Amino acid sequence: MIHFLIVGALVIVVALLTYLGLDLTGLADKMNPVTASAQAVSIDHLWHLEVMVMCFLFGLIMVPLFYSLIVFRQKKGELKDGQYVTGHTNLEITWTVIPLITVLTFAYLGGRSLSDINRIDPNALVIKVHAQQFTWTFEYPEYGVFTTELHLPVNRQVLLKMESKDVIHSFWVPEFRIKQDVVPGRITEYRITPTLEGSYKVRCAELCGTSHAYMENPVIVASADSYATWLNDQAKLAQESQTPEGKGKLLATKNGCIGCHSVDGTKMTGPTWFGLYDEDTKFADGTDAVADDAYIKESILDPNAKIVAGFPSPSIMPPFKLTDDEISDIIAYIKTLK
Amino acid sequence: MKNINPVWRGLISLIVFGALGYGVGFGISVLVNGAAKTSPAGPIPSVFALFFGFAAFFFGVIGYRGVTRGLTWQVIGTLVGAFVVVGIRAAMGLSAFDGKGFFLPEGAWVFGGLVGAISFMFGVGVLSDWVKWARGIETPEEHPQDESGWKKFFSVSLDHKVIGIQYVVTALLLISIGGLFALIFRTELAASQLQFLTEGLNIFSQNGLQLFNTLISLHGMIMIVSILLGIAGITNYVIPLLIGAQDMAFPRLNAFSFWIAVPAVVLLLSSLVLGGFDTGWTGYPPLSTLAPVGMQMFFLGVFVAGWSSILGAINLITTVVRMRAKGMTAWRMPILIWSSIAASLITLTATQFIGLSFQMVMFQRLFGMGFYDAAKGGNPILFQHLFWFYSHPVVYVFVLPGLGIISELLPVFSRKPLFGYRWVAMSSLGIAMVGYIVWAHHMFASGMNEYLRIPFMYSTLLVSVPTGVKFFSWVATMWRGKISTPTPMLFVLGAIMVFFIGGLTGPMNATVSTDLFLHDTYVIVGHFHDTIFGGFVFPFFAALYYWFPKATGRRMNETLGKIHFYLMTPSFFVLTFGMMYAGFLGMRRRIADYDPELHLDGIHLVTTIAGYLVAISVIVFIFNFFYSIKHGEKAEGNVWNSRSPEWQVPSPMPVHNYDKSFEVIGEPYDYGSGDNGYVKFIDEPASNAH
Repeated sequence: MIHFLIVGALVIVVALLTYLGLDLTGLADKMNPVTASAQAVSIDHLWHLEVMVMCFLFGLIMVPLFYSLIVFRQKKGELKDGQYVTGHTNLEITWTVIPLITVLTFAYLGGRSLSDINRIDPNALVIKVHAQQFTWTFEYPEYGVFTTELHLPVNRQVLLKMESKDVIHSFWVPEFRIKQDVVPGRITEYRITPTLEGSYKVRCAELCGTSHAYMENPVIVASADSYATWLNDQAKLAQESQTPEGKGKLLATKNGCIGCHSVDGTKMTGPTWFGLYDEDTKFADGTDAVADDAYIKESILDPNAKIVAGFPSPSIMPPFKLTDDEISDIIAYIKTLK
Repeated sequence: MKNINPVWRGLISLIVFGALGYGVGFGISVLVNGAAKTSPAGPIPSVFALFFGFAAFFFGVIGYRGVTRGLTWQVIGTLVGAFVVVGIRAAMGLSAFDGKGFFLPEGAWVFGGLVGAISFMFGVGVLSDWVKWARGIETPEEHPQDESGWKKFFSVSLDHKVIGIQYVVTALLLISIGGLFALIFRTELAASQLQFLTEGLNIFSQNGLQLFNTLISLHGMIMIVSILLGIAGITNYVIPLLIGAQDMAFPRLNAFSFWIAVPAVVLLLSSLVLGGFDTGWTGYPPLSTLAPVGMQMFFLGVFVAGWSSILGAINLITTVVRMRAKGMTAWRMPILIWSSIAASLITLTATQFIGLSFQMVMFQRLFGMGFYDAAKGGNPILFQHLFWFYSHPVVYVFVLPGLGIISELLPVFSRKPLFGYRWVAMSSLGIAMVGYIVWAHHMFASGMNEYLRIPFMYSTLLVSVPTGVKFFSWVATMWRGKISTPTPMLFVLGAIMVFFIGGLTGPMNATVSTDLFLHDTYVIVGHFHDTIFGGFVFPFFAALYYWFPKATGRRMNETLGKIHFYLMTPSFFVLTFGMMYAGFLGMRRRIADYDPELHLDGIHLVTTIAGYLVAISVIVFIFNFFYSIKHGEKAEGNVWNSRSPEWQVPSPMPVHNYDKSFEVIGEPYDYGSGDNGYVKFIDEPASNAH
């Protein structure tokens, strides 16, 4: 009997210590990145309950295991067998039924939590998301705005309607908690209500090819006012951009070009467009050429034709089927980048 | 050459013929593609070096027979099959050679690979008896006598004990290869940014990022195959001994099951040099329809390895059903048999689904069939359903035999009966059954019908009930026992602890809303490494330490065994806790580089060091294993003081197992009952079936 009392006390002590240990790492009452959406609050709540049960179970198994190992060990030279007990039906039923009730409770709570995070707000703001290897493009349909940064107003539900151009991707902002795959041939939905202003990143969470690691775009949550200002500015820019350069810029955003080719000289997945036009370009096979209209057109239609030195061969860029007009608009835009 | 140690002879011919193969491949590559486009680390020279070197190693060791003959036939078969396709293409007016730098078109590699695998089986000689029967030639009823010494392990044997050891050693080899891959990419992950797997790298036609993806994918699949082979090794060796059978029910099928795994592994490894693939071991389309030829070799390798699993499961079930000793009723079978049967039932009925799902991608690539192509009316998510319908239950194939080993060994070292034998036996079947209806929990974020997520959450959480029964029963078995801790018991305890952490971190992935955060992060990576190490790796080591004396008549060195355990266990906990912690901070799976802003460098460095320590401990084990075969302390009696029948006769086990049959007269684990033991030997020669 004394063994049971000691073990019972130790189980409680170990469970509490485990909880405190997890609390020190910041994992006890929430998952680690900052809680930045209404949905994350509900998820963190379920998580907290699970952590408490996990800590208790940890003590419940580990304590008697180590206790037996120490107290009931075979002494040197001792050849006796242990106590002859083959089982205990009531005990077995107990440790079948109680866990069964526990997991059913958690399944019920899990269902509640899922319905919480799926709650639909009819006034949700709709934004379209286009995923492709290896960047995200965001479309604000009523304003004709395309960007590679996702801007969201705080405290308003957003419905993302997501499409993929090539392979499966997954939309994940750790601070929002939820992730949702983006599958070619269908539209998947992602509902989120950001609650904390700040800048985050959407990180592709489904292996989508070699540069999967770099498929990260900024997500900016701002107050309703500054969001509206930003959107109006973007809409104005989109309307004014009826020049070839402007149309080219829009095309470069829409098609995801600038997700891999920087426009300010920073090194990204592909060669930068800054100062590209009419300059000498060195290729992986040692040759070089002047980046003129013909070269740029060839690179868009057949990215493998020439590989710029220092970039992977074969090229990871998919061929783009654009019209001649569209290509000349893009070239006009590239010319402005100096 | 005769006086040189065979291993050195093998290594010398590996280097010489590997270099020769490289030269031949380089020559062909220059002839076809021109000197300018031939890279020294390109696929053709590498593939020739691999094939030549691999076959030559075994040639050096044992000469032209057995596995050497098999591999030679595989190379020839691959080339013949490939050129048949090239010929057909030429006759149809299609280009005979592929301009993309892989010399042959994709269809030729696939068909060649398949013909090569079958040729291997003819070459190694595993089909000889069947060919004779087909031609009306009688073969003797008794097995042909194996030659004595180590050479028998390199050619076909019908003895279940030899096949068991062949399986185990192959599994150890694959664990080493898979572990080596892991160390390579783990080193790259030690710090953010790319250190050596850079975009400028070009090996086997792959840049660093592609090579990283190939390595993580192959690490996954090579380890899975090694687990399947490791389990098959233990069950093959032990189960006929436990039930008092002379051999498995179908000895030729048994040999076939082992040997087909060898060309399957060659196919899997050839994907590394044929451009690799960037999809992970799951091979989800559409990404897998875009990857290089290596993808097809991977699919084909898994497909062929599946035959090994299915046939092995048939054999095991038949053996247990038909060949148990007198008196061994269902409730008196050793507990390992219950769990192996549960695992075999899954293998027998679910393996077809991974084969099917992969075959459909192969056909989509080869023939343009649009199974998973949305543009042609296909559905990419269909693949995930088919794939996980096998790939989830197979997790229980990995762990159930391991849990059986824990339940088998724990009473021996606790000197106490297994607590609640029937409950433990039934919990294995319970896990296997529930395991069939949980597959879609891998797809909570996939975009499948969202209402389906609720039933799959319920079913997944149910798995913890029978698993819990096992944990409680193990703890109750130890309670008031007389526990001793030689190396096998240490690994049993390690297995319980590690598997427990894997189990505890399971439910949070089962409740949908928390999983939407955890899915595809390093939390999952940590979680499944815990379940697989606890459910397979630790019990596998325990089993090897435990039954080693039975196979060799010597025991493995205790000091080295303890070094192995005390180095591996804490390092492994650091490894997986590090993985999980990184995951909570936002580390995604399957990325070669991570955002420095996440501040993960420190945790990844610690994890990498822990990974190296685990590798060192396994090296200690492998040294101990081969050293103790010849130099271990002699142990010919009942080393562990066990009730099990195989320990009632002297070690090593004679060729045809027991001289006399035995009858079951007691319970398998009644330590401390003072009865007359589990089995009694009776005066009649062991027979084959009852």
